[in-house]
Amino acid sequence: MRVSRFACFLLPFLLVACGNEWNDPYPAAERGKNILYTAFTDRPKHLDPVQSYTEDEITFTAQIYEPPLQYHYLKRPYTLVPATAEQVPVPRYYAADGRELPSDAPAAAIAHSVYEIRIKPGILYQPHPAFALDAAGQPRYADLDRERLRGIERLSDFAHSGTRELVADDYIYEIKRLAHPRLHSPIFGMMAERIVGLKELGDELQRAAQELPADGWLDLDRFALDGVTRVDRHTYRIKLRGKYPQFLYWLAMPFFAPVPREADRFYNQPGMAEKNLTLDWYPIGTGPYLLAENNPNSRMVLERNPNFHGESYPCEGEAEDAAAGLLADCGKPLPFIDKAVFSREKESIPYWNKFLQGYFDASGISSDSFDQAVRLNVGGDVALSDEMRGKGIRLLTSVRPSTFYMGFNLLDPVVGGKDGVGPERARKLRQALSIAIDQEEFISIFMNGRGVAAMSPLPPGIFGYLEGEAGINPVVYDWKDGHVQRKPVAAAKKLLAEAGWPNGRDAKSGEPLVLNLDTTGGGMGDKSRLDWLTRQFAKLDIQLVVRSTDFNRFQEKLRKGAVQLYYLGWNADYPDPENFLFLLAGNEGRATKGGENSSNYASPEFDRLYERLKNMESDGPRGAERLELIRQALAILQRDAPWIFGFHPKSYTLGHAWLYNRKPTEIGNNILKYQRIDAAARAAQREAWNRPVLWPFFAGAALLLAVVLPAVLGYRRRERGTARPSA
Amino acid sequence: MLAYLVRRLLYALPILIGVNLITFALFFVVNTPDDMARMQLGVKRVTPDAIEKWKAERGYDKPLFVNSAASGAGVLTETIFFAKSARMFVGDFGRAEDGRDIAREISARMGPSLAIALPTFVLGLFVTVAFALVLAFFRASYLDFWGVVLCVALMSISGLFYIIGGQYLISKVWKLVPISGYGGGVEAWKFLILPVLIGVVSGIGSSTRWYRTIFLEEIGKDYVRTARAKGLSEAAVLFRHVLRNALIPILTGVVVVIPLLFMGSLLTESFFGIPGLGSYTIDAINAQDFAVVRAMVFIGSVLYIVGLMLTDISYTLVDPRIRFDR
Repeated sequence: MRVSRFACFLLPFLLVACGNEWNDPYPAAERGKNILYTAFTDRPKHLDPVQSYTEDEITFTAQIYEPPLQYHYLKRPYTLVPATAEQVPVPRYYAADGRELPSDAPAAAIAHSVYEIRIKPGILYQPHPAFALDAAGQPRYADLDRERLRGIERLSDFAHSGTRELVADDYIYEIKRLAHPRLHSPIFGMMAERIVGLKELGDELQRAAQELPADGWLDLDRFALDGVTRVDRHTYRIKLRGKYPQFLYWLAMPFFAPVPREADRFYNQPGMAEKNLTLDWYPIGTGPYLLAENNPNSRMVLERNPNFHGESYPCEGEAEDAAAGLLADCGKPLPFIDKAVFSREKESIPYWNKFLQGYFDASGISSDSFDQAVRLNVGGDVALSDEMRGKGIRLLTSVRPSTFYMGFNLLDPVVGGKDGVGPERARKLRQALSIAIDQEEFISIFMNGRGVAAMSPLPPGIFGYLEGEAGINPVVYDWKDGHVQRKPVAAAKKLLAEAGWPNGRDAKSGEPLVLNLDTTGGGMGDKSRLDWLTRQFAKLDIQLVVRSTDFNRFQEKLRKGAVQLYYLGWNADYPDPENFLFLLAGNEGRATKGGENSSNYASPEFDRLYERLKNMESDGPRGAERLELIRQALAILQRDAPWIFGFHPKSYTLGHAWLYNRKPTEIGNNILKYQRIDAAARAAQREAWNRPVLWPFFAGAALLLAVVLPAVLGYRRRERGTARPSA
Repeated sequence: MLAYLVRRLLYALPILIGVNLITFALFFVVNTPDDMARMQLGVKRVTPDAIEKWKAERGYDKPLFVNSAASGAGVLTETIFFAKSARMFVGDFGRAEDGRDIAREISARMGPSLAIALPTFVLGLFVTVAFALVLAFFRASYLDFWGVVLCVALMSISGLFYIIGGQYLISKVWKLVPISGYGGGVEAWKFLILPVLIGVVSGIGSSTRWYRTIFLEEIGKDYVRTARAKGLSEAAVLFRHVLRNALIPILTGVVVVIPLLFMGSLLTESFFGIPGLGSYTIDAINAQDFAVVRAMVFIGSVLYIVGLMLTDISYTLVDPRIRFDR
């Protein structure tokens, strides 16, 4: 086949009948196979579950590692269900004296929470050389050195592999790895405050690591972790300080996936790291897929794990799922796809064109291709363009659990009022700006309508987000005729005058009001965005000074509280309001406490409510009470306006007709196993869409002849000519 | 010759130290070790303690250039500059900030870079020299005029336009080759055609004009008139005499580039998804990975010096009058 295609290329004149796709970027041997093709833009930095945190990484790790819990694929709001655990653990609460407390005990009375997790027996790891045993039953690759590693460059170069059953110790080992001083887990600091003994373990491991050579192995089994104990072969307990209901969400992240001690030992042998043979490069898991090829510069390949314990496609979902065909595969064994090829595409144009040619099964929509893909109806509804519909492409939309905002630094004398104009004037100034900056216009102009104007920090889909009139920000919006309507600029001007800056000038001194926005600039479109923003401030006759800086300096300014206005965003770690509201908690002040509250907002009133609601469950008997507390907390934020609530971005995804069971999910990441493709339909469409156009060869040859022939004739004429014209 | 090469190698040492020093200073003017730690650890939930630990483990907790707390040679050696630079001179580039071995990464990426750069270079040289010779042959004719106009037009178009236009026309509209991607082994050729073609076409304008100028200057010399007077054909005059004598200025610009072919092309690799050294450098700059940036600049400097030495050697091959022996 290869030879014939090569011949096809070299001999285009003979190729009129050649039907294959010449522009197929994949090997001919893969044609018609049950393989999903997709792309990634940024290379994953870490595949070690203790370190990987970003979306680029979790796209891969979530298919390989199995934490005890996962999110239900179809149900919304997002619901936790068991993955390797037998059931979602129910925490037990204990007082400081060790007495067990009822489940509805007040959070202040709870000294410890204990989560007992029982994992399903019989789950096996993917085949891996770390499990390979010799005839005596001893690990085959336990005593490697640089000499014995000669000739081994990849994991597949090891001749033998093995497997073993997943046990509770593997989960415990991974939790200990959170404290490993050389792994720098991003959640160690936070978890050390929660998991009993983790901070002490971190200190102990730090001392032990200092005594080891740089490539020495730190056997974590030698160190005890008080808060995590093994109950039996398949059961372990985690003891937390206080009450922390959000911990269940963490149990659905790769940070809490199992890592077998054998793998840690295997990868920490001399010479391994030099060959990139590390857990960070070659993950090992029990999930539906294993990483068969890791070339993050070019492509990553996931293949079906032959030892996967099995799971079936869900039979329940949202009301509209059945109509969308998302329940058609109810009860069928997972995963459907044999292999997933992720190709690296750094640029959006080739990515988009390959999708249109059928070489990627799904794609996002970049702003370059938005008009080609989607059209907005008069009513603001989104529909696919005729070209997309003609190709049978489907559009999936969802609102991401993210929020983008312009923050005020409450430590600033003008916008924060601290040691300056006073809190009341500053608050009215912030409210006036919240009204004046038209988020709907921003979304329409700069995001092609792909966003929802924010009423509070909480995005749709998160407990506490309210639709309709109940959910509007009454400081910025009115509810009229069943629709939300931004208050007029006159209302903002009135507030500004009350704040002491009528017409944008200080009522006493007459000095114009000048505000400074610190931003990381330089990207495409930044100039027009900032021009637009300047015009929004100008509505109130306020002068905006944009101080563009690089990312590092910007972060430094935030840490020092040296900004006045800034832009930031937050992507949810888990679908709980606490994960957004903590961004405004007083004890999270960035300049004061080194936390995540970049506005340094500190309201005792809000903090009191936050402290109560953060430890409550959204479901169950106290759900209504929590909802009321959230409503009160949001009302305080809307009144105090420490942020100008910006927008929650919408995600638009396109999928080809041959791709099934794709539902937008922004929290659960282990979605590959649910997807199914019709490879035969894809092959047929690819062939129809990619017939090579051959006339350019003929045209090129003719053009070449037209240029070369007169040149040759001219040359020959000159060569035959005489120096002097003949008489 | 040997003495000359040794002398040039010794001259290279202070140049490399200087380049290293400038790279180091420029990098750390923009990025502090704290910034690097934050970039590697992420911006979410990173504690000051985690940053300190990251720096300590990678040796970024030392002073940059002078360690006043140390004694003796330690004042200079117990610094970030010394710790990060000295080992490069023995070929040890260490690890990237994400823990991966840089030398290994470079060796893996060199192939794809060369797969694009080498054919582009060879074909481009052949096409441009041939085209320039044709224009020189038909000098002062309509062919020459329109050839020069074409060259000026080709020079005036941005490199990015060639890439996007080429991808649109050849891959999207005509569907003749994959729009981007890379494959090893025999599959590689189909990915190389388009970037090589674009590389050659985009380089024709400027190179042809340069070579044409050189050839025209050479054509006007006495020995060419003599050769013609002896009855040699114009082709023999051009290829046997003019081309040979014009090689010195051509070699000056060409040979120095040969070693740098290893470094890849930033733009081409990025648009065509070629996993070469050009995209490695760009990724490292974006990720503030000092270890990789420093290694790539160092290798680039070494290759440039090697290129200059090769250029000098090449002169002795094409011009028997040039000798390095005293």
